[in-house]
Amino acid sequence: MANKAAKGPLFPYIIWIALFVIAPILLVVYYSLLDLNGNFTLANYANFFSSAYLTMTLTSFWYAFLITLFTLIVAYPTAYLLTKTKHKHLWLMFIIIPSWINLLLKTYAFIGIFGLYGPINAFAQSFGIEPTQILFTDFSFIFVAVYIFIPFMIIPIFNALDKLNPTLVYAARDLGANRITTFRRVIFPLTIEGVKSGIQVTFIPALSLFMITRLIAGNQVITLGTAIEQQFLVAQNWGMGSTIAVFLILFMVLIMLFTGQKSKGGRV
Amino acid sequence: MTKLSPGARVYLGIVFIILYAPIFYLIFYSFNSGGTMNNFESFTLEHYQDVFDDSRLLVILINTVIIALLSGLIATVIGTLGAIGIVSVKNKKMRNSILSLNNVLIVSPDVVIGASFLILFTMIGVKLGFTSVLVSHIAFSIPIVVLMVLPKLLEMNTSLIDAAQDLGASKREVLTRVILPYIKPGIFAGFFMAITYSLDDFAVTFFVTGNGFSTLSVEIYSMARAGITLTVNAISGIVFIATVLIVVGYYFVTNRTKVCNTGVQE
Repeated sequence: MANKAAKGPLFPYIIWIALFVIAPILLVVYYSLLDLNGNFTLANYANFFSSAYLTMTLTSFWYAFLITLFTLIVAYPTAYLLTKTKHKHLWLMFIIIPSWINLLLKTYAFIGIFGLYGPINAFAQSFGIEPTQILFTDFSFIFVAVYIFIPFMIIPIFNALDKLNPTLVYAARDLGANRITTFRRVIFPLTIEGVKSGIQVTFIPALSLFMITRLIAGNQVITLGTAIEQQFLVAQNWGMGSTIAVFLILFMVLIMLFTGQKSKGGRV
Repeated sequence: MTKLSPGARVYLGIVFIILYAPIFYLIFYSFNSGGTMNNFESFTLEHYQDVFDDSRLLVILINTVIIALLSGLIATVIGTLGAIGIVSVKNKKMRNSILSLNNVLIVSPDVVIGASFLILFTMIGVKLGFTSVLVSHIAFSIPIVVLMVLPKLLEMNTSLIDAAQDLGASKREVLTRVILPYIKPGIFAGFFMAITYSLDDFAVTFFVTGNGFSTLSVEIYSMARAGITLTVNAISGIVFIATVLIVVGYYFVTNRTKVCNTGVQE
């Protein structure tokens, strides 16, 4: 009886789920089956499997992979060293603050930093290196994306490391494992969940970036996100845009399954 | 604990420098009287003056804040009620499927959310502008509020509710006098997160904003596409100060509620 009355608060929330979670997904699927004139067609899907779109999907994955990899390489040691500092939560807060500064502003900063007359080129010039255009290259794109994602990768890894029972590490050392073996066999496996959620929050957004590609990479790099934006807002071809979105959702589900399932199995 | 080795200190130092350098770089050149971000001529506040003289920009700033506060508030109400409702669902399977649906918008890429909301609003016939942006921000903030409130509800001892009911509290009183005070820190955290989500959002807003309406992110994007203007630097200076104030304020508020809570329990 108490149950029934308590369902009241759920009402607006259920409406929200229906209207903004379920309906949009269905609408995207529906639109992916329409051509420009609103007739049913599978042409968009055929189009997606053409070589142009497949290449784009592959390069998008490649960039997302590189971005995630570099972010992880920077973030893991940072998170590890942070847990060793005296005021670790204070230092973690200092890592998080930059992530609260508007994304657009941080990206905009790099337009100046990487510019032809920017500080990086000025620095290189003092060593006698000719200034080159760093902006609009793969390097600048990946660098800025890694910069943006670093705090988001550090947080889950930091939390995992923070929860790690230090006696396990002492035990490994007492039993004769050296530093590298301890890390490889004890610390890393026990913090793999943090790494996985870090990868989740980096890889999926990296696949769908479009603002950074436009501002930093010019039109050199096209990701799945750029393509969706292009189809929806420039070409006004919602059918094709929705088709790409459908695939992006599918990739997302696959990535979630890959990085998520074991955590449930492992814990029980 | 063990002291950090010099190498470790250098590494952390470099990471911190890289994280903060672009932000301070922006703010530094916001005081440059030359029009560029590469040589500093002399100190000036004219770019800040420009921001405050530009009434269009001010309207956009106000819009951004209004959208953030309003969407945060509404999302917090719906999300908190939703979390309370979810806890009352006793069927495990049902509860898990609601929670999975809850997380869809959190993990979905912004572009997909933006595009699908654009279709939705066009289908329903909502005019793109203030309403569509506000509704979208409410929509993507609700799940984060739920995730912030839910742990607090789950850790709450149900005998508290039983006790209140035994002592003759009505349903309403149980909610307002027992449940809400207990989960207050979670609600605060949810509200705060909703505001930051709203302030930081670019992609979704970019899709659902019409011609006449703009938020700060979208405006900075179009300014940045046109090239470097130090007005954007001045905006970043203002945003940085505001962000630091909000963060400090937030820590102040949460720490105080923590003290209050433990005070009540002991």
